[in-house]
Amino acid sequence: MNFTPESPATPMVEAIGVRKSYGANEVLKSVDLTVARGEVTVLIGPSGSGKSTLLRCINHLEKHDAGELRVDGELVGYQLRNGKLYERSDRELCAERASIGMVFQRFNLFPHLTVLENITIGPVKVKDVSPEAAKAKARDLLVRVGLEAKEDHYPSQLSGGQQQRVAIARALAMEPKLMLFDEPTSALDPELVGEVLDVMKDLARSGMTMVVVTHEMGFAREVATSAYFLDKGVIEESGNPREILVSPKSERLQNFLSKVL
Amino acid sequence: MLVHTFFSKIPSGATTCHKVNGHSVCSPVLVWRFGWNTVFAYLTNHYVILGVEMTLFVTVMAMLIGFVLGLILAVMRMSSNRLLTSLAWLYTWFFRGTPVYVQLLFWYNIAILYQTFTLGLPFTHVWVFYQISSNSLFTVIRAAIVAFGLNEAAYFSEIARGGLMAVDEGQLEAAKSIGMSRGQSLRHIIIPQAMRVIIPPSGNEIISMLKTTSIAVAIGLPELMYQTENIAARTYQVMPLLIVASLWYLAITTVMSIGQFYVERHYAKGALRTLPPTPVQRLRADLSRAFSRRSSRVGASS
Repeated sequence: MNFTPESPATPMVEAIGVRKSYGANEVLKSVDLTVARGEVTVLIGPSGSGKSTLLRCINHLEKHDAGELRVDGELVGYQLRNGKLYERSDRELCAERASIGMVFQRFNLFPHLTVLENITIGPVKVKDVSPEAAKAKARDLLVRVGLEAKEDHYPSQLSGGQQQRVAIARALAMEPKLMLFDEPTSALDPELVGEVLDVMKDLARSGMTMVVVTHEMGFAREVATSAYFLDKGVIEESGNPREILVSPKSERLQNFLSKVL
Repeated sequence: MLVHTFFSKIPSGATTCHKVNGHSVCSPVLVWRFGWNTVFAYLTNHYVILGVEMTLFVTVMAMLIGFVLGLILAVMRMSSNRLLTSLAWLYTWFFRGTPVYVQLLFWYNIAILYQTFTLGLPFTHVWVFYQISSNSLFTVIRAAIVAFGLNEAAYFSEIARGGLMAVDEGQLEAAKSIGMSRGQSLRHIIIPQAMRVIIPPSGNEIISMLKTTSIAVAIGLPELMYQTENIAARTYQVMPLLIVASLWYLAITTVMSIGQFYVERHYAKGALRTLPPTPVQRLRADLSRAFSRRSSRVGASS
């Protein structure tokens, strides 16, 4: 096969038969997934189903054991040379990750840095952007997530919803081509979920390619263009979220939805 | 020993006599039990000051070696490379397991084992960049700095490792997710947060090092104990000179403790919602509160 990266036909994320085990425990059992450019894909499923692991494989925070995983046409974590796979060096992995944004369940903001420093440290240290340009960009992003007044605060002085919006701005500051969300609202108080989802909806509308692990079925139905239901490391059902989440075919998804909704 | 005895006077053994109405009256000569006049006479003695300077110099240099090497050892120990992990473990095992006194004598006498140190291509005599005899390389001062520094690295590596482990795993993942390399993550994200945990035991280490330098008397390092012991041997004023040394050690540790407070405060940024007030700020707040209370009382009575 001949891939030409960045051509519109190349899917942003493509997984073919991806497997991952922790010791004897197989978390992903031959998973196939395709995310086209500009698409918002949600991964749903019970805890332990492997959805977070799959997401973390996409930016190589976890190493997949077998199968093909490509982002923008490029193999993730490995390189094909003369028909053999070689693991990428630390530096190549960094370059790969720099173009993929990630938002974590527990925010993982840098507590010793102010909001503005949290957002600028990536562009300044990794992409060699000048501090002035990075600050200007960061302020624009803070306006976008509705936190322009908080730039000098430390993360511990913000609410959970505000912290997660800063985390989204931090990821966006790297100008990613793909955004990964790992249960971004699961650690939030119910009344703070909306403000984070609003930012994500806005981002989806702007055409960002997103892969979202979530339990927010409303968000999935409203915003997502495709949904995958994982159970015990296998994709049980996938398709248009407005169809599979409303009238699921598989018994497992019916069961799952009856518990979540 | 009651505190008042610190400032009591005792008979020196000598007597002083003077004539009163033609009669000779004699009384014993009283001196400070602790020899305070001698203490203050020697507190700023030229040689004592030289000793203080030497003690500080060796402490600072040894701690620098200890901090840098210790941090490298801690990172090695936590790496996924088995060879690096084992080397770091072996280092800590050896330097923590033998007395620092033995190590001090070892480096001082290294010339017995190796007459010269050569910098060049290993196992050849083709390229020799630099050659020096051990006796001129390991002077008393350098032997002391190397011995204390290498020993300290073993202890500090464990402190640093504890600090690095205390930082949440999610921090490294977040740093990776914005494309930082391992080195960048350590420098910008992990180490600054680990410092909060590392500093209090490091304060202990610095103060401990300050006092440990006194055992370098054994190799003739002219530090504070060496100088005060010399003066004591010459003047027989043993106790006052021990007090002179103690006062200097106390003064230096006091300054260091104050410094530690501010360094800790610096690294607490972000970890606490509001930083604790400095002693100066606290004093000012107490004073203003006292004044406002008085003025309100005045206002109420009128």
